[in-house]
Amino acid sequence: MAALLGRSCRKLSFPSLTHGARRVSTETGKPLNLYSAINQALHIALDTDPRSYVFGEDVGFGGVFRCTTGLAERFGKNRVFNTPLCEQGIVGFGIGLAAMGNRAIVEIQFADYIYPAFDQIVNEAAKFRYRSGNQFNCGGLTIRAPYGAVGHGGHYHSQSPEAFFCHVPGIKVVIPRSPREAKGLLLSCIRDPNPVVFFEPKWLYRQAVEEVPEHDYMIPLSEAEVIREGNDITLVGWGAQLTVMEQACLDAEKEGISCELIDLKTLLPWDKETVEASVKKTGRLLISHEAPVTGGFGAEISATILERCFLKLEAPVSRVCGLDTPFPLVFEPFYMPTKNKILDAIKSTVNY
Amino acid sequence: MPLHLRSSPSLKSTFLNILRQNLGFGSRSHVTRHIRQNLPHDPPLRGSQNPIRGFCNTMAEPETLSSFGQHEDASNHQVMDFPGGKVAFTPEIRFISESDKQRVPCYRVLDDNGQLITNSQFVQVSEEVAVKIYSDMVTLQIMDNIFYEAQRQGRLSFYATAIGEEAINIASAAALTPQDVIFPQYREPGVLLWRGFTLQEFANQCFGNKSDYGKGRQMPVHYGSNKLNYFTVSATIATQLPNAVGAAYSLKMDRKDACAVTYFGDGGTSEGDFHAALNFAAVMEAPVIFICRNNGWAISTPTSDQFRSDGVVVKGRAYGIRSIRVDGNDALAMYSAVHTAREMAIREQRPILIEALTYRVGHHSTSDDSTRYRSADEIEWWNKARNPLSRFRTWIESNGWWSDEAESDLRSRIKKEMLEALRVAEKTEKPNLKNMFSDVYDVPPSNLMEQELLVRQTVNSHPQDYPSDVPL
Repeated sequence: MAALLGRSCRKLSFPSLTHGARRVSTETGKPLNLYSAINQALHIALDTDPRSYVFGEDVGFGGVFRCTTGLAERFGKNRVFNTPLCEQGIVGFGIGLAAMGNRAIVEIQFADYIYPAFDQIVNEAAKFRYRSGNQFNCGGLTIRAPYGAVGHGGHYHSQSPEAFFCHVPGIKVVIPRSPREAKGLLLSCIRDPNPVVFFEPKWLYRQAVEEVPEHDYMIPLSEAEVIREGNDITLVGWGAQLTVMEQACLDAEKEGISCELIDLKTLLPWDKETVEASVKKTGRLLISHEAPVTGGFGAEISATILERCFLKLEAPVSRVCGLDTPFPLVFEPFYMPTKNKILDAIKSTVNY
Repeated sequence: MPLHLRSSPSLKSTFLNILRQNLGFGSRSHVTRHIRQNLPHDPPLRGSQNPIRGFCNTMAEPETLSSFGQHEDASNHQVMDFPGGKVAFTPEIRFISESDKQRVPCYRVLDDNGQLITNSQFVQVSEEVAVKIYSDMVTLQIMDNIFYEAQRQGRLSFYATAIGEEAINIASAAALTPQDVIFPQYREPGVLLWRGFTLQEFANQCFGNKSDYGKGRQMPVHYGSNKLNYFTVSATIATQLPNAVGAAYSLKMDRKDACAVTYFGDGGTSEGDFHAALNFAAVMEAPVIFICRNNGWAISTPTSDQFRSDGVVVKGRAYGIRSIRVDGNDALAMYSAVHTAREMAIREQRPILIEALTYRVGHHSTSDDSTRYRSADEIEWWNKARNPLSRFRTWIESNGWWSDEAESDLRSRIKKEMLEALRVAEKTEKPNLKNMFSDVYDVPPSNLMEQELLVRQTVNSHPQDYPSDVPL
């Protein structure tokens, strides 16, 4: 309950990087929240490529989460426009636009509604280059969608569907943890010559504030980042869950457990080498995600690390994840992988 | 002229014009009398009993909006400004009929015997173009027959013919320019043929050899050519429709003198992507032509199990799209319709829907035996009496542009070429194994590089498990 209250009442400050952590960049900038950082990235993307477009439901007036504020006014309604309420049409249209060499930056209003577009994403976008023998591609396609718990979202405003997409060769799946990361990663996604699905942790849209450099910068894809160094256990996560995991790491430290925390950032293709190197050092792995535990992406990470680090492991790989239920409303605090659940798992893994 | 239901500055004036035209009908009560006089005595088209028939006007006319009681009564405000525009009110509980009394007529120019219908409107074709249309129809027919036989002989894994639909394939392609981008379903290889794809190139894809532009990754008939602006076929139904709309929007933004053209069957119009695409095309004002090959069958499903509308053409209006129904087996009509549609699409920056009525003479594919669900007589009738090739041949011969000699020369030449193409394609080696792992992304990620190594190790250990014609 405290964690839930914390999520809804406290504004979190980034960076919450403690001693021993590595930074990608030491540049400063203006304090921005997540939606403003994303907005900046979109402004830069449209400004630097005249053949880029932003469209989706309600993006014209700025979008339901304000991510597209000011774009239509600045770049015109031909490049930034509302679409009919039809996800399969939005993504299908985006694929066609991208196939003609444009950058199509598509917004799906909530990740919970991405499924009508699943056929277009899996059967068309992901296979467009391969099936044509590289005669065609839709690499200019980027699909953005808010995902994850928000405190009161229930079944259809809280989902984390990343695992479905991680099973699709041909697309990339990227999830930023913070405003500064989001801007750099989104620009990389937009400019990456492959279709990308970019999930934005909606809970962080307003809650997360961080110094974000104002210029055009990109953060590389498929490179995980050790955001906190440690020796006793490796924790792997992405998106908003990293904040929770970070709190668990701080508490664990007070009890003498040194935690290494890794932000995966790109889930497909994912950076196995960084995780592997870390687990070979610590001998223990804990993965945490909001999505239901069964068939979640944590299972892929666990299986891979087991293959690569079996003899170095001191304990089974631990997964602290959402439960195998539809995302509940009243029961959200019970469903969520909270700081204390993670902390308990850290301790039992270390004491195995 | 149909009323376009878009918000525009001219909407109000258009609306008022219609009101003025109808002022002769005057008051509400006159409209009521008008309706009662015209109650049908025949049962409604579809045969279902409508218990409130009294309220049902089955005599909906094409220009229906002018009979919707649109009249101004100075003492009652008969129009109201809802979001989306003004609508008139009516005190009659009147439903728009589920269908018009008459089906939308089908545009044709050549009769069943290939004679030009008097006073028909069509776009003139030169001798050169007409002869190429006919020759390519013959070529397509021969190619289909030879590939089909090759599959039955076990030389090809799979094939799907376009027999019976040659006029749609070739004549539509002839009416386009090479810059128009094509999003096919899978029964339109004739469009590629028209544009210059060679028999050898077709054969290479069917055999998946190293000369296949698709690099052996897909089943036969999944052609694609960026050089010829023909997007690679995918077997999923109707997914190409929204893609075509996006591509059309790109052409629109780049101000190209070109449009997107997408093909699909009657079955494809039931898919969600059809509705998504038409709606988007209308809203985005995209220069895209939707060509439906209504050939009567989706594998074994006849159109009566597919939809209950008057075919596909009437669906266009639901989305605000100008539409036409054409005789798909009349090459001249197809040519004219597509030519006209293209001009409209580009000049007016709007989508057009073309429903080409035809018949799928062949089976759905080599995996299908259609005599299990339809009569051989029916197939034979369409193949003979309604053959698109013979109709067009009659017409070009009547112009002195063709002869029996030209026919036999062409047929023997194509047959020889085709058999040679087959022979060469069959003995050309397959693409190298590395092509399995490339192009998944622009650059292979580490997991794929790993997996290629593992596969190669396995092949080394167990070569007997793997086909010997794939070079390593």
